[in-house]
Amino acid sequence: MWISKTIFNHFKSRLNFTPNYAPLSLLSPRRFASTIAQNPSTFNSIHDANQQVIDFPGGTVKFIPEMRFISETSPKRIPCYRVLDDDGQPLANNFVQVSEEVAVRMYSNMVTLQIMDTIFYEAQRQGRISFYATTIGEEAINIASAAALTREDVIFPQYREPGPLLWRGFTLQEIAHQCFSNKYDNGKGRQMPIHYGSNKHNYFTVASTVATQVPHAVGAAYSLKMDKKDACSITYFGDGGSSEGDFHAALNFAAVMEAPVIFLCRNNGWAISTPTSDQFRSDGVVVKGQAYGVRSIRVDGNDALAIYNAVQAAREMAISEERPVLIEALTYRVGHHSTSDDSTKYRPANEIEWWRLARDPVARFRKWIERNGWWNDMAESELRNSLRQQLLHSIQVAENIEKPPIEDIFNDVYDVPPSNLREQEQWVKDTIKKHPLDYPENISA
Amino acid sequence: MATLFQGVGAVTPFSASSSLDSNKLLLPSRKSLSISDSRGSIFVYRSDALNLKAATRKQDLLIPNAVATKGETSTSAKSGHELLLFEALHEGLEEEMERDPRVCVMGEDVGHYGGSYKVTKGLAEKYGDLRVLDTPIAENSFTGMGIGAAMTGLRPIVEGMNMGFLLLAFNQISNNCGMLHYTSGGQFTIPIVIRGPGGVGRQLGAEHSQRLESYFQSIPGIQMVACSTPYNAKGLMKAAIRSENPVILFEHVLLYNLKERIPDEEYVLSLEEAEMVRPGEHITILTYSRMRYHVMQAAKTLVNKGYDPEVIDIRSLKPFDLYTIGCSVKKTHRVLIVEECMRTGGIGASLTAAITENFHDYLDAPIVCLSSQDVPTPYAGTLEEWTVVQPAQIVSAVEQLCQ
Repeated sequence: MWISKTIFNHFKSRLNFTPNYAPLSLLSPRRFASTIAQNPSTFNSIHDANQQVIDFPGGTVKFIPEMRFISETSPKRIPCYRVLDDDGQPLANNFVQVSEEVAVRMYSNMVTLQIMDTIFYEAQRQGRISFYATTIGEEAINIASAAALTREDVIFPQYREPGPLLWRGFTLQEIAHQCFSNKYDNGKGRQMPIHYGSNKHNYFTVASTVATQVPHAVGAAYSLKMDKKDACSITYFGDGGSSEGDFHAALNFAAVMEAPVIFLCRNNGWAISTPTSDQFRSDGVVVKGQAYGVRSIRVDGNDALAIYNAVQAAREMAISEERPVLIEALTYRVGHHSTSDDSTKYRPANEIEWWRLARDPVARFRKWIERNGWWNDMAESELRNSLRQQLLHSIQVAENIEKPPIEDIFNDVYDVPPSNLREQEQWVKDTIKKHPLDYPENISA
Repeated sequence: MATLFQGVGAVTPFSASSSLDSNKLLLPSRKSLSISDSRGSIFVYRSDALNLKAATRKQDLLIPNAVATKGETSTSAKSGHELLLFEALHEGLEEEMERDPRVCVMGEDVGHYGGSYKVTKGLAEKYGDLRVLDTPIAENSFTGMGIGAAMTGLRPIVEGMNMGFLLLAFNQISNNCGMLHYTSGGQFTIPIVIRGPGGVGRQLGAEHSQRLESYFQSIPGIQMVACSTPYNAKGLMKAAIRSENPVILFEHVLLYNLKERIPDEEYVLSLEEAEMVRPGEHITILTYSRMRYHVMQAAKTLVNKGYDPEVIDIRSLKPFDLYTIGCSVKKTHRVLIVEECMRTGGIGASLTAAITENFHDYLDAPIVCLSSQDVPTPYAGTLEEWTVVQPAQIVSAVEQLCQ
């Protein structure tokens, strides 16, 4: 910190101390420099009209005779960064160009996400899976952010971000396996649908607990920094997640520890039925960054190119400058919170429809790539049809695969199952053998 | 564990009936319990083949001391070095940090301040600020951070300044630390160590006298150990760091200044083993952490009164070392549990259930569990003393059980 260095240099010059010695009775290195109490003879007061300064712990601060409260809101909200307008037209030319290959890949992934959500949601409604949560309306955030990162960057998702997994090569079949919790699921059937996780793809397993992944990302960033890797960690959470204690402490930590982490908040307006007006009274989440000493930006979350540009710049800053960055992506949660929710109960159906159609991030990006001559109607219908087929097939396959074996209830609780768990496993197996009719057939015991 | 004992039960069907006989025979010879030289006669009544073998061994080996001499810990009186418990923890920690560059420490005031109990003293100067990290005051967050770092390849040790503060981290410990290895299908391991001082101190007030082992014991996926001597503190610290599972190491505020001579050579203890503090014949006393010392003090009185208690420091709070405990119960047939946890839902409660479930046939009397009352710890010294189990209570409980 430059402030403590200047204080220290000040003392150094006045009292002839070298950095390894501490003044007075403190036997501590430079870290404690800023807490050294002021000696009256070395009182540093600059008289500048009515302004005096004094050194309190934490640095120099000016004094003013007027009692001034900082307003709870600023007159203008923090502006939002945007590259394409609602019609897919670039607003200016100062953005990072995306190649045709990357753009088309981004677009197909966004469409994949959209169709995947529709079909799995229907599957849940048909009773084939127990639960699902869609990402409709947030496809740009999901895919564009992943596209701006490298495979080495570690991802800590909340639960509305399967996009980065798709981008990194997780197949639709693997998604289906997880949702059906069959024996091919990497999670071995232990988590609810949509709680994906894959160490191969550097995507940490989703935990339902809100915002607990935010400090994990800071820890991972700390680990990457210690290993001097050219990688950062990124974590996603919603507007609701920013209310959790873990969010605040994690931002604070990341700033103090100078950890290379990107905090991406998907401010989609709703936390189940709680609108943001009931979630916080600040100007969204972006203003909280400065409070913790974290550089932040507000981005149009439905603009794939804006997200791409912002995340790429944030990654560069995070790694080269070793600092956290907060990105607030404004968007709208078009779908219900999950299959256990009916959002028409707390918001007007026409509002939902408007966001779904007029402000669809996928359609907006499509307009841009079509204008560049990289996409057309035929490619569109081919893609959508093929995806539908693939998805229906994946679901059919996953549905018919047997569930994980009984051992998987007891494995991985510890590295090696202890005797009490082995006993409990034996008891379950014996019970199933004795009463086979009381247990489903597709359990392998 | 049940399978092991089922096997033994099947092999010697006489054992159950013979112990009943010995029970009947024991009653009229009650006074023989208080006379040390007729100790041998008790063994003659038990016709269990296994116990006879033990009997012949036992008669040769009289234990003159109430407190076991730590024969196994120091090879000779001159070798090894003496240190205090917190220094032993520090030594274990430093050896592991030296051995493995991925080991790091995070917590409040662990860095330049050296830790509130000086366990991490000097480590920040030696290994740098990144490996010994001073954190802001947010237990949920730095525990979460430790979990994230562990999943990414580091081996963090999270220090709670006082175990009670880790209640703030309960969400991270229960939902993430214990669970993520399982829910990720084994893809991500969390080799984290969470440690800190807990237990009732000297007038620290209710909030700083918590016994968190009772709250954490149900969390699946974690291991819990409690250290009580400099020897086992160092050994358990090293074992916990080397373990691939998340381990919670419970230290006690009042035990940090215990002095002991420990070996110079490197040693690592097993996380799942209990420690035989004092072998005996009449009653098994199970305890851990600070209560071990109250029990040993009571044991002195008990030996003078002619009892021969077997004292086991269970050390491993999750999972219990039912093998050592079972062997002991099979030998003595009486169990007394002495703990600092509250009566309701404490470690003693679970231990009582586990022993009853597994060794019911070997018990001659109901298990007695001495624990603290279900009250927050008062500040006033006299009141505080009476919420913790005292040696006098242990002595009278043993006398009552051995009637």
